[in-house]
Amino acid sequence: MTIAYQTFSDPQAASRFLAERREARLLGGGTILVRRVNEGDISIGTYVRLLGPELRQIDVADDMVRLGAGVTMSTIAKAPALAFLAPVARSIGGPAVRSAATVGGNLFARSPHGDFGVALLVLDAVVSLESLEGFRELDLQTFFKSRTQLARGSIVTAVRFRRPMPDDFRFVKISRVKPNGAAVLSIAAVVSRTEGRVSAARVAFGAMAKTPVRAHALEAALTGAALTPHEIERAVASAVLDTSPSSDAIASEWYRKAVLPVHLRRLLWT
Amino acid sequence: MKKVPVQMTVNGEERAEFVDSGTTLLKFLRDKIGDLTPKAGCLQGTCGTCTVLVDGEPRLACITLVEDCRDGTIETIAGLSADGKLHPLQQALLDHFAAQCGFCTPGMLMAAKALLDANPHPDRADVEDALSGNICRCTGYEPIIRAVLSVSSSDACRDTAERGAV
Amino acid sequence: MEIRKSYFADERHDDLKEIGQSRQRSDTAGHVRGITPFYADRRIPGLLHLRMVRSPHHHARILRIDTSAAERHPGVKRIIVAKDVPHNVYTMLSLINFGPEDEPVLAFDKVRWLGEPVVAIVADSERGAYEAAALVRVDYEELPAVFDVEDALKPGAPLVNEYHGQNYFRYDSGASRKVKLGDVEAGFQRADYILEQRYDSSPIEHAPTETTGCIAVPDQNNRLICYTPTQAIFFTLDHASIILDIPGQRLHLIGGTAGGAFGGKVDSTVEPITLLAAMLTGRPVAFIYSRYEEMQISSARAAERIYIKDGLTKDGQIVARQVRCYMDSGAYSRLSPYGAQKTAGHFPGPYTIPNVEIDCYCVYTNRTPSSSMRGFGITIADFALEVQMDKLARIIGMDPLEFRFINAYRDGDMKAHRQLTEGAALIECMQETSVWANWPIESRFLKMSSRQKRA
Repeated sequence: MTIAYQTFSDPQAASRFLAERREARLLGGGTILVRRVNEGDISIGTYVRLLGPELRQIDVADDMVRLGAGVTMSTIAKAPALAFLAPVARSIGGPAVRSAATVGGNLFARSPHGDFGVALLVLDAVVSLESLEGFRELDLQTFFKSRTQLARGSIVTAVRFRRPMPDDFRFVKISRVKPNGAAVLSIAAVVSRTEGRVSAARVAFGAMAKTPVRAHALEAALTGAALTPHEIERAVASAVLDTSPSSDAIASEWYRKAVLPVHLRRLLWT
Repeated sequence: MKKVPVQMTVNGEERAEFVDSGTTLLKFLRDKIGDLTPKAGCLQGTCGTCTVLVDGEPRLACITLVEDCRDGTIETIAGLSADGKLHPLQQALLDHFAAQCGFCTPGMLMAAKALLDANPHPDRADVEDALSGNICRCTGYEPIIRAVLSVSSSDACRDTAERGAV
Repeated sequence: MEIRKSYFADERHDDLKEIGQSRQRSDTAGHVRGITPFYADRRIPGLLHLRMVRSPHHHARILRIDTSAAERHPGVKRIIVAKDVPHNVYTMLSLINFGPEDEPVLAFDKVRWLGEPVVAIVADSERGAYEAAALVRVDYEELPAVFDVEDALKPGAPLVNEYHGQNYFRYDSGASRKVKLGDVEAGFQRADYILEQRYDSSPIEHAPTETTGCIAVPDQNNRLICYTPTQAIFFTLDHASIILDIPGQRLHLIGGTAGGAFGGKVDSTVEPITLLAAMLTGRPVAFIYSRYEEMQISSARAAERIYIKDGLTKDGQIVARQVRCYMDSGAYSRLSPYGAQKTAGHFPGPYTIPNVEIDCYCVYTNRTPSSSMRGFGITIADFALEVQMDKLARIIGMDPLEFRFINAYRDGDMKAHRQLTEGAALIECMQETSVWANWPIESRFLKMSSRQKRA
């Protein structure tokens, strides 16, 4: 009746163990898994802890960043090379949650949570996956679309992305409880500008669908647009098209759709 | 099922115990060590009443496994009042009427201590962020925030930083 | 803090020593050191854990309860069902001669709300109790359910509780607690304006930081100790002794400390079953609500629906007020019949109105039983009343504060429930408020007094 605790240094071995035992689960910060056990989820019988320094490492080479899946939000918030991501990391729960919550874990958090994943999505991040089929990489968009269908024993070991130009990255998380409440919605954007026009735009939303999603219609409308209130307004009108938010204790579907354009406009117009 | 050994420092004291695997740090502190100061308000990691320091970082003991804390340094408010004298944070909460039912108080104190250990002169936004993971249903937070700010602007904060370096 | 001694100066003795002084709470020193003993702050060897199997349906007949698989779980020490409870009736209101005894401790023939307790599992670990709970098989026949107070009162609505025979608590005055003064229809006839509005509130959960629960420990001399956060320790003791059918002196309740309660730790739903578990096993037993149980299972403030119809004259007098209030008691009474009665006495508010008709219904629906919370029966009524007052003032273009002066009750006025007003101070409070809030009012209102009847 006690829960076993198993450690592995080799991701492949961990993957095999997880695939073979239905009651085994990979442990990150515990905010999701240990909570479930505390609340009486008897389907969980073994915690699997993956060890190894690379899991907790941040590597920056030129502009390529690699984050181990075990890197915590508090570590990111303090990393000088990732200063642009500090506001995102700092928006994930209070300090004690940030000490535990991991990059990998956040990718599996259910909407309206998972705001770090929103930022990673807009950064065109690529996920490193270990499974019985070996090692492979998957772009984050495809990962989110197939998150519930991953093969048993799949483990996210790292994410990598290219650091954006310093002024191009924007992020906002809207909560009712301030500071650091769960998201009504979150928006991450990488918008490059040349001579008063948008030369490239990537935008991702959190809490506006079952997973973080890219706003393709909005991106298309923004590309080439002049940075005037009128043109931003025109582009923002298409924002709600890529969304299907849920109603939950934080906000209703109607409210999320109603305020998304407002917060988008403010984010793009700064 | 066989029990597993864990060893760590709790409030300055070396502790070695045998526990069931999968035991949370909260259960370990309350049931094994007998330190009843961290509380089990939600067991979800959302209320903050179980906040303790692990290697100087604030952690939610209810969702932390004690097996992940081996060789760690754990601090709870049971270790705050050295030789019977109240820690400046405890005195400040007392002076500012910052506790009513008292259930959130241990977690609030440890979250505040984590802040002051890292930043002896926080501003109001820093204090709000530091306490943002701790729920209080009685005071409305304002007396607690003022109490922590009063320590941050007084000389007591120097002692705090010194005591904090365990 | 300042005390305004100019008001009611002839009644004052100017001998206040504590009021107005800043005093430290007696418990804060313990709180900041973390030594305040909350009920779960005990280390008890051999502690067992109770987890409840609850109804997954809003309304259903129980056809069969099969605990055989759960009993074979190695961690289980005892399983408790309805027939094991000596007096399987929730008795809080009968202790104050209010009745009714309409709720079982453990369900046996029907479940009437989602979450109603059916089977208590007592095991040597929390995990073991959860595992054994999952092995209990209960066969239900689902029944139609009703969730809205007015729907529950319509003919043909599903009957929530056969004990009552209808979906409302029957007062001696009938289906509602009634208050009647004068003739509201005549009042409406001579009014210049009529305003009828509906006000709704949702159930509100207290959500204390410490969840509800208790620990029961067999003691020497055939006694039982219970560590409890209850707000009503003597009620809890009497209530438990009746349910367990043991003399009260065998019970030793230790409490007086709650990690927040706000009215949510009055119902005493956990102590009797936990004490029974300790009696039946001879071991200490803890029953501590999870956060889910605190939110969904523990009682909340009743949802209310209030219709207020007022007759108003051009010069700002409310000449008639008719109120219909429906309190959603949920599936069982708990304290709601008492709450609805309080509400009836509280309407029409602190105003002198010559024609008043109040009907307050305590209605049963298939929802979590509601109970006390921070001025239950009063707080939501005041929300409705005061919003209504603002709307009335707006109709005749009057300042909302001045409008209240015109209608405020004064000493000697007859209240709707046939008590003479005495010690009224609303006028003086509003005068002081107008100064402090910097809300100017005409000087004639500043000259009014609670001791002078309205001209």
